[in-house]
Amino acid sequence: MRLERRASASRVMAVLAPVLALVCAAAGAAVLFALLGRDPVSCLHTLFVAPLEDANGWSELALKATPLLLCALGIAVGVQANVWNIGAEGQFTMGAIAGGAVALWLGPTEGWFVLPLVLMAGVLGGAAWGGVAAFLRTRFNAHEILVTLMLSYIAVQVLGWLVRGPMQDPEGFNFPQTRQFEAAAMLPVLLEGSRVTVAAVFALVAVPLAALLLGRTMAGYRIRVVGLAPGAARYAGFSENGAVWVCLLLSGGLAGLAGVCEVAGPIGQLTPSISPGYGFAAIIVAFLGRLSPVGMLFAAVLMALLYLGAEGLQITQQLPLAAAGVIQGMLLLFLLGADVLTLYRVRFGGVRAHAKASSHG
Amino acid sequence: MALPPRLVLRGIGKSYGGTRANDGIDLTVMQGEIHALLGENGAGKSTLVKIIYGVVQPDAGSLEWEGKAVTIPDPNAARRLGIGMVFQHFSLFETLTVAENIALGLGTDEPLAALSARISATAARYGLAVDPRVHVHHLSVGERQRVEILRCLLQEPRLLIMDEPTSVLTPQEAEGLFAMLRRLAAEGCSVLYISHKLAEIRALCDQATVLRAGRVVAACDPRVTPAAAMAELMIGQAMAAPVRPARPAAGDAVLAVMGLSLAADSPFGTALRAIGFTLRAGEILGIGGVAGNGQKELLAAISGERRAGENGAVAIAGVACGQAGASARRRLGLAVVPEERLGRGAVAELSLTENALLTGATREVARHGVIRFAPLRRFARGVIESFRVVAAGSEALAGSLSGGNMQKFIIGREMGHAPLVLVAAHPTWGVDVGAAQAIHDALHALAADGVGVLIISEDLDEIFSVCDRIAVLHGGHLSAPVAVGETSVEAVGLLMGGLDAA
Repeated sequence: MRLERRASASRVMAVLAPVLALVCAAAGAAVLFALLGRDPVSCLHTLFVAPLEDANGWSELALKATPLLLCALGIAVGVQANVWNIGAEGQFTMGAIAGGAVALWLGPTEGWFVLPLVLMAGVLGGAAWGGVAAFLRTRFNAHEILVTLMLSYIAVQVLGWLVRGPMQDPEGFNFPQTRQFEAAAMLPVLLEGSRVTVAAVFALVAVPLAALLLGRTMAGYRIRVVGLAPGAARYAGFSENGAVWVCLLLSGGLAGLAGVCEVAGPIGQLTPSISPGYGFAAIIVAFLGRLSPVGMLFAAVLMALLYLGAEGLQITQQLPLAAAGVIQGMLLLFLLGADVLTLYRVRFGGVRAHAKASSHG
Repeated sequence: MALPPRLVLRGIGKSYGGTRANDGIDLTVMQGEIHALLGENGAGKSTLVKIIYGVVQPDAGSLEWEGKAVTIPDPNAARRLGIGMVFQHFSLFETLTVAENIALGLGTDEPLAALSARISATAARYGLAVDPRVHVHHLSVGERQRVEILRCLLQEPRLLIMDEPTSVLTPQEAEGLFAMLRRLAAEGCSVLYISHKLAEIRALCDQATVLRAGRVVAACDPRVTPAAAMAELMIGQAMAAPVRPARPAAGDAVLAVMGLSLAADSPFGTALRAIGFTLRAGEILGIGGVAGNGQKELLAAISGERRAGENGAVAIAGVACGQAGASARRRLGLAVVPEERLGRGAVAELSLTENALLTGATREVARHGVIRFAPLRRFARGVIESFRVVAAGSEALAGSLSGGNMQKFIIGREMGHAPLVLVAAHPTWGVDVGAAQAIHDALHALAADGVGVLIISEDLDEIFSVCDRIAVLHGGHLSAPVAVGETSVEAVGLLMGGLDAA
């Protein structure tokens, strides 16, 4: 058995690979559950089916898919230009800090302008954190994979310091958290009784916008040319540094928006842990969705389901939350494995064909 | 002669979708024979050699190797039989050294030092000067070809397939290659030589097979068949004489380069030293020279991919732009056809329509930054039509076109932007006779319309037949341009070697 390069990438396999990866990851999870002494069937049921058995589950699904999708869209635009933003988690955190700071600073101020200011601060906070990486890349050629990842840890530490120091709630019994945001700084809830906010609408609107950016604008065209053929970009006069800036500011801004929407939405204040790793999981979402905006919509929902299912496993099966991380990891691993099949085909009996040729020769 | 033929093809057929690339092809290559394979782009030459090299499987017909029936399932099997191939597009890893590339190609466990010694020995034996320790990205096209040839020779082939090998060589280098091929043939190795340069086929080859539209239309002895007759067989009609329309006297300077000096951007690159010339409207200036003497650097400095130290070093239509970028220079009326078609002149993964946008982001096709595909598609279709680009429509991916057709598209695209200056590097490298003539005619027509045309080429035939004035680049220094009528191939050859005839 050997691998043979296909003349052109298989479109069928490109679509099938995520499905194949999901099936393999589920099988891997079942083995994991069995090894942990649980019943695999009921665990898989808890993971994939139980969260969708009531209306509350569906709304929680939308809630968790929103930040994943916003972060993934930015990451995917960057990948088109060969700009690898691994640090959406940090930009998410910085967006939450900046938006939260504005919300706390405005305090009890009423008015329609409060929420837009909070959101704008979130976008700018995330974009600024992405901009740091863009500056280091374009000025010192420090690669963004490393820089954005390291900046994520810095952002989380900054958040931890702020909620225990300058921004701590003076009446909070010394808990590491800020005051609750006032109503004017909070996103309106979409459905009465659920926690889903208009942030879900932002994410849904961002899907066609990202598709338009990449497919129909000069900016998106430049991004794609820089990623596909840097030599052609130089020949055409498209700036590679410009593409790095655009991609990191854009994906940072989207991650920042996701961050501020979490704290000005379901959380309602700043705490040390505002994200269960959305920024990192969004990388998996981007690739699982084949970097296509619509594909990422489905992938974000699937990844949100995994988060919900893992919470269920924690409650009903007493499994650690780390199990979710393991399943996410398996999903990415199997996806990368399955992707080999889009570029290569498996041929059996290759060795015999060799032998035949040489026996004649 | 009791020796069986080295290779016999009988009734080879291959179809792609509806098109028959090869249709009942018979071919016999004798031992020690240099056999020419002639044909236009799309005549089926590449499909045929891919079948011989095991890249493609035939639908019909049989192969016989030294008297025994064989099937060649893949290139490894071909190499084991003793078939070597030097492709027109090289498959070398730029970041590895010559020796490392060859080691990868051979798949040996031989220590690199021993292999390097073997490479040097073979190189010396066949007169192919290459340093095994140099990284490939520092090598010129001509030098890379030597690496590819060496890789084949180290496997001691009994049939060597060469695809358009001389398009990147100087006359002296080409003579060297011919001497090497004759020596190989004398040692008993057969050579299948693909080319459209009839003069060299007549000088080199013992036998020629002419393909047209997937069929063998003739087999002849090129040593006695006139070139015009072979060209007719290939194209299927009499060759039109090159059109060289009368031109107005050269007008104003459209491109002026003055005291352009530029440090090498890599350790093995060439620094440009005080280059100066003036290109006038309506003239064609040729810059000749051996690959690696600063051609790449000069093209990048003119196109704006690299910026000059002084703004006045480059001026387009009287506007100094030495420090302007590529887009700004294009707006001044510059059009550039680079040496590399895919990866620089075009993006393989994008369609022809999308590639039309690469240098054509005018207000009409990109209003307020939004791409309007309808006019863009019309432009791409216009280029395809007027330059007879063979492609499956304007939505075909650039990577799916043959080299010659991609070149026609890029040249057509650049001409379509109504430039004041057109700079073309190797405009007809690897392009067949018909297409090359179409390109030369288009360049003449452009000059007749008052466009200044600059051709950077290593093909002296091309420069002498197309250009009005000639200058030679050697070691980053440009000789003074002289009128074609006042110089000779010998004098230019000396300049290429760094010797000033004066």
